[in-house]
Parts: sequence; C-alpha cells; structure tokens
Amino acid sequence: MGMTMTQKILAAHCGESTVKAGQLINAKLDIVLGNDITTPVAINEFEKAGFDSVFDKTRVNIVLDHFVPNKDIKSATQSKQCREFANKYDILNFYDVGQMGIEHALLPEKGIVTAGDCIIGADSHTCTYGAVGAFSTGVGSTDMAAGMAKGVAWFKVPAAIRVVLTGSLHRPVTGKDVILHLIGENGVSGALYKSLEFTGEGVKSLTMEDRLCICNMAIEAGAKNGIFPVDEICEAYLKGRSQRPWVKYEADPDAEYERTVTIDLDALEPTVSYPHLPENTHLAKEGKDIKIDQIVIGSCTNGRIEDMQAAYEILKGKHIAKGVRGIIIPATMAVYKECILRGYTEAFIDAGCIVSTPTCGPCLGGYMGILAAGERCVSTTNRNFVGRMGHVDSEVYLASPATAAASALTGYITDPREV
Amino acid sequence: MNAKGPVFKYGNNIDTDVIIPARYLNTQSAAELASHCMEDIDKTFVTRVKAGDIMVGGENFGCGSSREHAPLAIKAAGISCVIAKSFARIFYRNSINIGLPILECPAASEAISEGDVVSIDFDTGVITDETTGQTFQAAPFPPFIQNIIAKGGLMNSLK
Repeated sequence: MGMTMTQKILAAHCGESTVKAGQLINAKLDIVLGNDITTPVAINEFEKAGFDSVFDKTRVNIVLDHFVPNKDIKSATQSKQCREFANKYDILNFYDVGQMGIEHALLPEKGIVTAGDCIIGADSHTCTYGAVGAFSTGVGSTDMAAGMAKGVAWFKVPAAIRVVLTGSLHRPVTGKDVILHLIGENGVSGALYKSLEFTGEGVKSLTMEDRLCICNMAIEAGAKNGIFPVDEICEAYLKGRSQRPWVKYEADPDAEYERTVTIDLDALEPTVSYPHLPENTHLAKEGKDIKIDQIVIGSCTNGRIEDMQAAYEILKGKHIAKGVRGIIIPATMAVYKECILRGYTEAFIDAGCIVSTPTCGPCLGGYMGILAAGERCVSTTNRNFVGRMGHVDSEVYLASPATAAASALTGYITDPREV
Repeated sequence: MNAKGPVFKYGNNIDTDVIIPARYLNTQSAAELASHCMEDIDKTFVTRVKAGDIMVGGENFGCGSSREHAPLAIKAAGISCVIAKSFARIFYRNSINIGLPILECPAASEAISEGDVVSIDFDTGVITDETTGQTFQAAPFPPFIQNIIAKGGLMNSLK
C-alpha cells in the first residue's frame, strides 16, 4: 500500500521506509515555533524540566505577534520573558517589534520553512506551511518545550482526505472562498485528526497566497494538516527564498485516502461564514440585508501582499460607508512597506480606513478593533466563535479581502463582483 | 485512580475561545485563567464548580486555538475529568501533556445529563452515571500515551 504525501514526509523524519495511518511515531523536527502567548508557557515548562540548551538555535523560532506592540503591562511582561529567553539561548530567528510579522506570513516569506520539512508550532495555524509542501501542525506549549529541548515530537500518523480541485479559480474568488466552501461542505470536525491533501488540475490556478490561506484554515475543518503538491509555482516561490535545500515529496499513485472530496473551482462564488462557526457558510450575494459596523483585512489567513492588492483594487478612489470602521493590517513589515511603495496605504487612508503595523490584534479579540455588544464585523480572519473579536453578543463574518472591502463600501455584506 | 462528581454538560464544538477567552491570555497564572473559565457561554460556571466535578461535552471538544491555557484553566477550576464524543486534536495532546484526564466516549456523552453524579474508574475506563445507573466503556489510551501519563506528563517522560 502506498503512502500519502504527509505519510512520506513523516516516514522520512522517523527513519522508517514506510508508515501507515494510526501508527505512533517519534519524528525529527526541522522547525519549532512559538509566539508571545504560547512561548512563555513553553519557557516555564522548559526551565521547570531543567533543560539548559535548545536542540538547534537555528531551528527554534520565536515570533512576537499576538499582542505587539504590547497592549498592556501583562503582555509586555510576556514579551520580555520571550526576549530574555531568546537572548539567553541565542535564538537566531527571534522576531521582535520592527522585524516581526504575523508568524505564518513571516516564516514562508523569509524562506524559514520549506518543502519536505516536518514542523511544529505552538499556534493552531501552523498548518499554513503545507502550502510549501511541508508537514506542519499546531501543538501546545508543552510540545513546543519538548521540541525546543530535543528536536523531536510524537505523532499519530494521520489518515487522509483527498481534496480534488477541478476547473480553475476566477478572481475575485480566492483561496479564502475555496477553504470556506470546503469547511461549509464538510463541517468543523469533518477532517478531525486527518490530513487534507489537495490535488487536481485546479491547483495550478492557485497562487501561493491562495494555497497559504487554504492550508492556514485546515485546522478549522478539524484537520491535523493541509498540504499541496510542490509544483512549478511552489518551486518558483521557494527559489531564492528558501534558506535550506528543499525535498519534494509526492503521494504514491496507490496512496490510501479515507475519502475524496471534489471542488469545482469554476463554480465557486464569494463565500461568507456567518456566526458562530466557520462551517456556517453562505454566498456573499445573499448577505445584502446584513448591516455591518466594521471590517478587518489582515491576519495570518489574509494579510499578504496579494490580499492587500485585492482590497486596494476595490477601495482605490472610493470611500467606505458612513458608520463603518475599516481596519487594515498588513501581516509583515515587508508587506507593510510594499503597501506604502505601491500606494496602497495612501488609497486605504483616503478611503477612510486605518492601516496598522503587523499584529494578530483583533482576530482573537486582543486589541486594535474589539467589538461592542450587537456589533458586526466582516473579517478576513479565521474564526467566528462566540466572543472571538470582543463582546459575546458581537458577530464575526469570515470572508475574503475582496468581500470585506466591498462590504466596507456599502455597509452591508456585499459580493465583490457587485461593486 | 478514580473521579466522582456532578456533571457540567455542554454541547458540540466547545471552542478554546469560550473555554478561556483570548483577552485573558496575557497571563500564565492557572488560578487567574480558571477564574474566567467558560465565562462566555456559562457565566456561573466558576461560581458553581467544585474540586472533583466532571465536564461532559459533545463532538470536537476544545476546537480552535492551540492555547494550552484552555486545559490549564479547566484543570485549575477543579474539573477532574472531561468526557466527550470526540476531542479536537491539539486539545487532546495538550490535556495529556499537562495531566488533565480526558475520555472519549460517545455513548456517555450522549446519555449523561447536566447535574448527574458520575464516577470514573481510570484504570478500566468504566464511566458510571450514578444518577441513572447506566455504565459506559471509554476507549483506552494506546500504550504509547499511557507511558506519557504514567511518567507524569510529556516533559517528565523526556528526562
């Protein structure tokens, strides 16, 4: 019996010629990641267990992104703890204010994660890196601590669901609409414990931004990881960027999949997830009666330059509706600078929006755009749980940057093809 | 090892944002986290919960964020065991790693009601609803995971 792409990467990292679904393995890690919320808990565990060195100072990554620039004294104290740990152990990839970006936008951008890697991160959206052909999954702080100390983690080899993409994507439909549609069809636990392996002729119509966005939200389908084949588009992205040589794995022709899901990209339309679960999907064009108070464009899901471009193309020369607050957050300093160079920032400000330096901020109800009771936000982020962006009686509608920007112009949920 | 106590029952897809809202993630204090546990879906949970009580959820319990603060908050609130139809995988790992007992048992999750007194034998995986007299068999942990639990969590198992 053949192996899936995920299983091949895991086999190569645990020294076995083959692995099969359900097998428990100890795998060697290429990259270990944490942020300003999860790393402090990991540091406490690391020190409590008495470790005095990390397995490889070039492979441990600490990115301050959730609450920075720090929103209060407690979060500043957590950042300080991360900073001191990074200095003490000479962590090469420590990203502080000024160099940081939202972790899952930053690591691919800098070529820190690459094809064939086995990666854990103490952040659930670590599954993003499947877009570059890596096995990558979210874990907790204790797993991060063990990973920093030993460079290994235990895994149950996942079974897989094959997602066949047919046709091709037509803008302004994007990767965000693909993943929201998939979650809508299969539910938030539809891929629980499993890999989502994307394949099919439609893959070549997806940009790297689309793929990063799709893999980013694999967790919202319950998946352990999402993964794309390493094709020409991916290799063009990795070339000159990847800090290490990459390894290209392909699923065996006789790989076993638990089931196959097919998505016709030609038929996809701008999609919105209504409160309070990502699976509660509707077409954007059906949201005309839903009045909104705020939009957020950014996050590890949709804060990349192509996302900013999609927002720019809709907002340029126009002004957002009275009573709507527009919050735009480029995900990394490079994206932030590029927005300035391309004139996007000026257009966003002229349209009545604010543009912030990178932060996870409002996505998880941290700061920079918290909602009051009864308020509604169209957001390009990844979760719309009860209280996610503020008051328990506020509502988050998940959508693409194009849909969020179009909704800002009208003040109601709006299909971007209609503005 | 055994547990016995009254049940707090919740539904499907109980996410980590309602278990411990992100606005409280600027602390690592287990006691402080526990004081806000479940507050966005059950404001009175923290005033009613006592050491040893049991939590029962439906499918995909603990979905969402990787925050270990979620099982930490439940454990520090006094909950002795969480029973669910299924757990989100990161929550599952985190619970084992920090020593919060969890049991996957769809039949028990279905049958047990809010307020029932439930007892659990962790050695056999037998769950008894003392209020109704029904018993249920939870799936046992694989030996690999039993070893982590026996050694007192992941970090101890590495030493």
